[in-house]
Amino acid sequence: MKVSYYPGCSLHATGKEYDLSVKAVCSALGIELKEVEDWSCCGASSAHMTNFKLSVALPARNLIAAEKEPGDMMVPCAACFNRFKSAQHHLREDAALKTKIEEIVGGKFQDTVKVRNPIDIFFSDIGIDALAGKVKKNLTGLKPVSYYGCLLLRPPEICEFDNHEQPVMMDKLMGALGAEPRNWSCKTDCCGGSLTLGKTEIVTRLVGKLMTMAREAGANCLVTACPVCFANLDTRASGEGTLPSFYFTEIMALALGLEGPESWFKMHNTDPRPLLKSLNLLP
Amino acid sequence: MATFLEEVNERIKGVPIQACYHCRKCTAGCPVAFAMEYNPNKVIKMIQMGMRDEVLNSSTIWLCASCETCITRCPNEVDIARMMDVLREMAIESKIPPREKKIAKFHEAFLSSIKSGGRINEPMMIVNYKLKSRDYFSDMGMGLSMFMKGKIKLLSPRTKDIKSVKAIFEATSK
Ligand code: SF4
Ligand code: SF4
Repeated sequence: MKVSYYPGCSLHATGKEYDLSVKAVCSALGIELKEVEDWSCCGASSAHMTNFKLSVALPARNLIAAEKEPGDMMVPCAACFNRFKSAQHHLREDAALKTKIEEIVGGKFQDTVKVRNPIDIFFSDIGIDALAGKVKKNLTGLKPVSYYGCLLLRPPEICEFDNHEQPVMMDKLMGALGAEPRNWSCKTDCCGGSLTLGKTEIVTRLVGKLMTMAREAGANCLVTACPVCFANLDTRASGEGTLPSFYFTEIMALALGLEGPESWFKMHNTDPRPLLKSLNLLP
Repeated sequence: MATFLEEVNERIKGVPIQACYHCRKCTAGCPVAFAMEYNPNKVIKMIQMGMRDEVLNSSTIWLCASCETCITRCPNEVDIARMMDVLREMAIESKIPPREKKIAKFHEAFLSSIKSGGRINEPMMIVNYKLKSRDYFSDMGMGLSMFMKGKIKLLSPRTKDIKSVKAIFEATSK
């Protein structure tokens, strides 16, 4: 299977271990990634929060570049995923806007690219059984809560992802790896996102609540697919009860016995290695 | 002249906000409501009452985290998240000094980083934000520890065709 790949800015910096782990897992699962040529930033929250047209035009530039090779485009970052789905929605619904944006970007939007998050590609195209068949190291004792956050799911008519109040895809992926995902009620809660620099105290409070709820659910770690959520969970929690967080692909790579996980875990702010060693999942 | 309500509805281009019957489901689910000056549904009422200055000067429009919980749960499909975007745009266009200056400076730093490199160079963006917001000291620990862990590259690759990105910024600036 061959798909276009849009890493986005975070995966080249603070979310580096997400980029590396997505690539490792895809290669192990026979998914060939082709990076979108000369991509630019999707504009993230700052564009749509302050300038609507810019928030459609920036993703449109990349969609048009990706349309040179129609088909699936894998977008691991939940924030980028949301911006692309939203831009496609507006371009489909509003013909006048589409004309205007095409003029600004200098290309035609043909709507030939399907924007997909790797959770969905692994779950729907590879499948839980095939994944379970490839597991080299059962993740026994690892009890993650799946944290989907906002941007993969809402608004549901635009994201067309998993159930927007009770998503299960990531939990099932974790289960296939031999982990023991815990159920909790904060799967789709907000971490405060980009308020992390401009209004840190809000994010600290929201992340603190997520940690408490995760512990109450009996979890020993959190898994996510969003670099903004990850950065907040990994750096904005404090105190003894802080649980380590992972990108879901790091956990997959660990279970599939791939090279790399330990070097990625070193980049985390909240070190997950003591937990993994105590479970005999790392030497 | 259009009323404030008409202007907001015209920009939202969706369900008119007066469809709201104030069940407060949006406010109940809003993760940031505890810190807001006016709750999401109260903002709707204020717009209906023509309280343009109070709304555009409020902290609420800057604190909204765009989590989209409100629109997802509203029984009347009132798009509060979009309404907050629209109100922020109107405040910026009217040159109203943002009540949450640091948040506004963050957006500025973020967008100017895209404009100059096509992609966000996170360390540069953070430095830029620090300079703009004069918030020099918070987060030094986090920045430093991410730096030490080799996450932050000093030079992330830029978009080659940077002209096309700049052109988008020019064409979309009011
Ligand atoms: S959920 Fe909808 S109808 Fe209820 S108060 Fe909020 S905007 Fe109004
Ligand atoms: S989008 Fe904004 S107003 Fe709506 S629930 Fe989220 S933070 Fe609150």
